[in-house]
Amino acid sequence: MELKVHSYESMGTYDGPGLRLVVFLQGCPFKCLYCANPDTIPAEGGTVTHPEEILKMALSQKPFFGKKGGVTFSGGEPTVQAEALVPLVRELHENGINVCIDTNGGIWNRHVEELFSIADLTLLDVKQFNPARHLELTGRPNTQTLATAAWLEENQRPFWLRYVLVPGISDAEEDIRQLGEHFGKGRYRMIRRVEILPYHTLGKNKYDSLGLEYRLKDTPLNTKEQLERAKSLFDEYFDCAVLN
Amino acid sequence: MELKEKFIDGPWSSKIDVADFVYRNITPYTGDASFLCGPTDRTRKLWDICLKAMEEERQNNGVRSIDAKTISTITSHKAGYIDKENELIVGLQTDELLKRAIKPFGGWRVVERACNQNGVELDPKVKEIFTHYRKSHNDGVFDVYTEEILKFRSLGFLTGLPDNYSRGRIIGDYRRLALYGADRIIEAKKEDLKHLTGPMTEDRIRLREEVAEQIKALNEIKVLGEYYGLDLSRPAYNAHEAVQWVYMAYLAAVKEQDGAAMSLGSVSSFLDIYIDYDLNHGVLDEMHAQELIDQFVLKLRMVRHLRMQAYNDIFAGDPTWITESIGGRFNDGKIKVTKTSFRFLQTLYNLGPAPEPNMTVLWSPELPEGFKDFCAKVSIDTSSVQYENDNLMRDTRKCDDYGIACCVSYQAVGKAIQFFGARANLAKALLLAINGGRCENTGTVMVEGIEPLKSDVLNYEEVLANYKKVLHEVARVYNEAMNIIHYMHDKYDYERSQMAFIDTNPSINLAYGVAGMSIAADSLSAIKFAKVTAHRNEEGLTDSFSIEGEYPCFGNDDDRVDNIAKELIHYFNGELCKLPIYKNAEPTLSILTITSNVMYGKKTGATPDGRLKGVAFAPGANPMHGRDSHGAIASLSSVSKLDYHDAMDGISNTFSIVPKSLGPTDDEKIENLVTMMDGYFTKGAHHLNVNVLNREMLEDAMEHPEKYPQLTIRVSGYAVNFIKLSREHQLEVIARTFHERF
Repeated sequence: MELKVHSYESMGTYDGPGLRLVVFLQGCPFKCLYCANPDTIPAEGGTVTHPEEILKMALSQKPFFGKKGGVTFSGGEPTVQAEALVPLVRELHENGINVCIDTNGGIWNRHVEELFSIADLTLLDVKQFNPARHLELTGRPNTQTLATAAWLEENQRPFWLRYVLVPGISDAEEDIRQLGEHFGKGRYRMIRRVEILPYHTLGKNKYDSLGLEYRLKDTPLNTKEQLERAKSLFDEYFDCAVLN
Repeated sequence: MELKEKFIDGPWSSKIDVADFVYRNITPYTGDASFLCGPTDRTRKLWDICLKAMEEERQNNGVRSIDAKTISTITSHKAGYIDKENELIVGLQTDELLKRAIKPFGGWRVVERACNQNGVELDPKVKEIFTHYRKSHNDGVFDVYTEEILKFRSLGFLTGLPDNYSRGRIIGDYRRLALYGADRIIEAKKEDLKHLTGPMTEDRIRLREEVAEQIKALNEIKVLGEYYGLDLSRPAYNAHEAVQWVYMAYLAAVKEQDGAAMSLGSVSSFLDIYIDYDLNHGVLDEMHAQELIDQFVLKLRMVRHLRMQAYNDIFAGDPTWITESIGGRFNDGKIKVTKTSFRFLQTLYNLGPAPEPNMTVLWSPELPEGFKDFCAKVSIDTSSVQYENDNLMRDTRKCDDYGIACCVSYQAVGKAIQFFGARANLAKALLLAINGGRCENTGTVMVEGIEPLKSDVLNYEEVLANYKKVLHEVARVYNEAMNIIHYMHDKYDYERSQMAFIDTNPSINLAYGVAGMSIAADSLSAIKFAKVTAHRNEEGLTDSFSIEGEYPCFGNDDDRVDNIAKELIHYFNGELCKLPIYKNAEPTLSILTITSNVMYGKKTGATPDGRLKGVAFAPGANPMHGRDSHGAIASLSSVSKLDYHDAMDGISNTFSIVPKSLGPTDDEKIENLVTMMDGYFTKGAHHLNVNVLNREMLEDAMEHPEKYPQLTIRVSGYAVNFIKLSREHQLEVIARTFHERF
């Protein structure tokens, strides 16, 4: 079964531990307002790629992974292609390669369940804890994302919680506190790290070239104070929060 | 006390064998950098004077002053000082800081032009001597060059040949002066000479003359020492003297020669033995140990040669390539890292970043973590370090007492030398294959017997068959030029002061080189995997190419094109290896351009990969700018597939990354860089320049050079002061792939 690949970043230093080959897969059900890779959203497109090719690339680059690194499947939303990913992840494991899944957790089926049960680490992006604002931001409810987190916890699968801090959209103290109450204070023991990701506009020019409107054009970048404030808020609930 | 009582004795005390001395007496260090000290007041004062002098140099078009009268020799200039009171390590090339000397033995016209370009007139006497009484290397070469070689040279197929300047690339074992003193070395050379008896063949006569010259040079080095009140006839007795003696041996070389690259070898761990002894015996403390190294390095930073503009076009930024090789291991696995390895790197903090000496770490994943972490930190902070694969070089070349000559080239210290060979333009040669053997710019027939192509839609098999014929001929002409150049250099510009510190009759590598490898590989890939149509002018010469469809580009870890690059190097090296060489030298090949990739590109028409006429090549073995779309590791992976056995003079790769891309925190940046280099060298790659810089900073430095006097960047095998580059070179550096994260 083949995969639809959007692109590769062979020196991923922000998508999981160590140095990682990041495979960006095509297609995502979420339509996040700030999406930095809008060209990965449509289900159509991408390069049809045999999993063997990705395996070959990973094997070639394995010496660079060191003790911590490996392959990260990102996107797009990698779980859209979970069925094709599962055998590839197994093969990567057979070759001693660590695998992370960078997901919004919004899709659930037996293939996704299997994928999460074999991934070494899941990077779970919680876009917003507040259901209404999540819907506004992504076009989808966050019910399944929270259910996915619960499943990971229950099934003892380690994961990182990732949270993009967008001024005026996801940085309200109340929302962060609710998220902290839900996951923090030792409630979710499988959370290995909480990553606060500052909002950036590096994807903005892609909107222009795709002829799409960038709807957050009036949203400023985080100030240093905002980032520090958010960090200290998270610190109240988690002992493993980092600001990327 | 006799040295053999002070240090662990061995064969080194009864014969000239520095490697044995180092092996027996080295104290490997496995700790971290926490012991290091900052600069002393004396060093600070001295360096401030140097900084001011360098600013004057920059204001004055890159040359502070010239002695256009005195032909530079080992003893030509009396003692010169920067600030005698604070100067621990003495000696300057001339009698004044940054004053450049004339060395016309390589070619007096070049010296005359360099003087004129700097508004100084060369003393007419010098011209008289070299036109009436004495011949230069340059005159010898051009007396003998064939018309064919001249054609290949002037049209840009072979460029940068050391035929009008000194060849360099020879590393004297400067440690010998410290360990043995000049008298003992003279004695050994006299003994060698005694045994160089008949039959008196040309080779034997030449060698006898060479050794006799070396002995004269050693006597002159003693005189140089006397100018500074130093008795160089005897060995160094302590750390201070050891550093001073090594520097004097090197100084003699750069007073007599202005070779393109005059490297230092591997002196840090040798000096560590003396420093360690003095530290243990309470006559030195860490601060003063660092002071000795700081002041030694400061002196090396002040070495200058007089160059003409055409030379700067090829080798930008006024480089001297005082390459010092740091770290590595012995063949039995013992670590060569010492505290003085750290102290050398520490000079990049104490004196600030600088291109010289060219700090080269011999990397092995097995080196102590504390040292690897410090190297990565220094790279991130200063971009002034390059790395070479120690395991690969020792396994392939065998001798573990080696240094790096020039940018990337292995050389067993004191046992072997190199003949520098500049490079052949592989991309331009490919155009000969497509243009029936004619130069794409002038229509000149370069290679006979190349059939015109049957169709302008290029056929891979047809182009490749022609290309192989062309490369066979390019190799032949290149080899002929090299033999002539090195014959004449030995005859008219022999490096007697450096050869005095090298075994009599050493083994020799002829260091050939190529430029434009990634352009040639991508072009062949385009022809093979896409549809490439050649467009020709009225003379039938290609002036552009159109490409339909996609093709894999070198630098994306894609075997389809990576193998083309690998095969190309294998084939060209194979052709070179078939040819006879002067003095029976062994051929080696480098994939290295220094900064000449800009000039090579300028001389090369449009290529089938879609590159336009005149556009700069990627440097060294780098993938072409902007084509390595899969990120840094895929790019490194592609380069690592090139086989060192086919390019034993070195495979240069320059890696530039913005700091943020290395990771979120300082610790992660260091850890990731170490992991990356362990991976790269585990995959069998040979060399890596590491730049950790922001593009914005470089752009700002172009506009406001005065704000960045010490901004150093690594360029294809060496480091340069960014503000000393021409605008064209600066733009090329910025255009080069920066690995950024989106």
